[in-house]
Amino acid sequence: MSQTQSPTQTAPRTGAVVDFAGVVKRFGTHLALTEFDLTLGAGELVALLGPSGSGKTTALRVLAGLESCDDGHILIDGADVSTLPTSRRDMGMVFQAYSLFPHLSAGANVEFGLRMRRVPADERRARAAEALALVGLDAHYDRYAHQLSGGQQQRVALARALVTRPRVLLLDEPLSALDAKVRVSLREQIRRIQTELGITTLFVTHDQDEALAVADRVAVMRDGRIEQVGTPEELYTRPATPFIADFVGLSNRLPGLVRHGFAEVHGVTLPLLDPSHEDGPVRVFVRPEDLTLSTAGLPGDSLAGTVLLSSFLGSLRRTSVLLEQGGTVVVQHDVRDRPQVGESVVVRFGGAPVPVEAVPTTRVPGAAAVSLPTPS
Amino acid sequence: MSGLRYQGGVAHAPGRLVRGVILGLVGAIFAVPIIAMIEFTLRRGLVGGYDLHRWTDLAQGGLTGEYSQVLVALGNSVGLAIGTVAIVLLLLVPTMLLVHIRFPGLRRVLEIVCILPISIPAIVLVVGLAPVYSVVARLLGSGVWTLAFAYGITVLPFAYRAIQANLDGVDVRTLSEAARTLGAGWGSVLVRVLVPNLRRGIFAGAFIAVAVVLGEFTIASLLNRTNLQTALVVVSKNDPYTAVILSLVALFVAFLLLLAIGRLGATRTPARTPALPTPTGAPS
Repeated sequence: MSQTQSPTQTAPRTGAVVDFAGVVKRFGTHLALTEFDLTLGAGELVALLGPSGSGKTTALRVLAGLESCDDGHILIDGADVSTLPTSRRDMGMVFQAYSLFPHLSAGANVEFGLRMRRVPADERRARAAEALALVGLDAHYDRYAHQLSGGQQQRVALARALVTRPRVLLLDEPLSALDAKVRVSLREQIRRIQTELGITTLFVTHDQDEALAVADRVAVMRDGRIEQVGTPEELYTRPATPFIADFVGLSNRLPGLVRHGFAEVHGVTLPLLDPSHEDGPVRVFVRPEDLTLSTAGLPGDSLAGTVLLSSFLGSLRRTSVLLEQGGTVVVQHDVRDRPQVGESVVVRFGGAPVPVEAVPTTRVPGAAAVSLPTPS
Repeated sequence: MSGLRYQGGVAHAPGRLVRGVILGLVGAIFAVPIIAMIEFTLRRGLVGGYDLHRWTDLAQGGLTGEYSQVLVALGNSVGLAIGTVAIVLLLLVPTMLLVHIRFPGLRRVLEIVCILPISIPAIVLVVGLAPVYSVVARLLGSGVWTLAFAYGITVLPFAYRAIQANLDGVDVRTLSEAARTLGAGWGSVLVRVLVPNLRRGIFAGAFIAVAVVLGEFTIASLLNRTNLQTALVVVSKNDPYTAVILSLVALFVAFLLLLAIGRLGATRTPARTPALPTPTGAPS
């Protein structure tokens, strides 16, 4: 963490409260945002997470004023800014694509917003240098975009977005073009700076690891509306819908039956996240880390199977097991346990409450294949 | 091709010898007619031999008398070039940017409209323009400057292509959005961000427009306006030697003009150097 105190760092907390109130956005006949409601608290970092086409970037662009909203309002600290042009909304934005002005040096890029605000040249230069120092690029003041790496360009873009001390910071998948290691480092840097400055931030991403790692709260979007908003822990441990359970993190999808507030999977009884779920055939979502591999188990808390595949993932290992009852489950376990392919094992259920999704009664529960989303 | 340097199976810039041969051949194609023109102006007529008397006579006498019309025509052509460039800069560039940023669905239509004039012979264009110009003459007078409207159309394909090539290489949409989020209005976006990044294309479009206008004859002649080329044709009927000398001078002036514009359009960004590692040791 930087120890130097600069005007940028010592500026009063600039975070504003942002409200999306019933925002609707259409592109032709396609409804990109449907009655979109979301509130960002002052100084809060909210991640908008969702699959492609879910409307997360549209929501951010509507907030920035780059797209108009067809209905509803955008409020910043209670003031309606829906009709204000982008240039007067006082927001900083970092784009997915590299957006530094190629004809200007890094320093001149950072100065650009200050120049638009008619800040005197001396102050402009000083503040630009401080902003570049904040992202660790003060030595690159005179470098041009083509002389910077992708990560450096995005850090200059972050400095450029922050130097005007905007009320809201908008990040539109700023890390998606970077390689994995830089991505992790830069997201930590963004979080550190955002916390230091206390700036309200909306972070759009399709990478759930990124969203869960940096956000105070995560809003998961689907088909133009928010499916669930909550802390990363809430989303992961108490998904409100099967879509969230499936989209956030990894889940085994197993055929089961709900009876008297419990789910039964091949004879194993599991508590429900929502005990009021009505009885009937369901699809049960079980996290790989809620399963353990064992050599023996008790009937009613475990299922026997054969190891199909075991993958070493550095700090952990994931093993696919073909169950005797049919279907496959993935178990996440200690990297020091090395099950062999073809080995007979027992999969034990941890007993964590599980979300379920009702399936049509015409389907035979046992016939459904178990699938796992691609690990991110 | 021994003259081409290969690296990893990819052909790179040709060697010095190949470059010299290509430049020599292309240069010869351009030089032959110019040398022939110079040779023609140096002839002593039926006496035979060569001297500079036609050049010195013109230099001493100046463009007076029957040649004074050439000066007027030169002024007309320069004025028309300026007017045509203004049309390209003030009408075509903003339209292309607007279509590119806000109405990308219209891009194909704009391209067809802009390329269309190249497929229409000048003589056919004049047939269509004649009734239009009778209206223009009633509304704006019959000044020679009104030809700039017609020239604005004839240079469209060339200017469009030059600017579009530059536009395709720049993420105009993201740059303009970035500038707007930083507080820039559309005027500042245009002047401070887009034009500097499209400088090469705009300059290329502008000097192509200048070159086309300085060499244009058909439209001016058929619409009964005087420009440099029509004046030179008139002079050549009485004195072909002087007409060729004036053509050579016009070529030289146009060459200097294009050289000057080319230098203005040259990029000012520094030489490419690899990205520096960050001093803090943070990953880049």
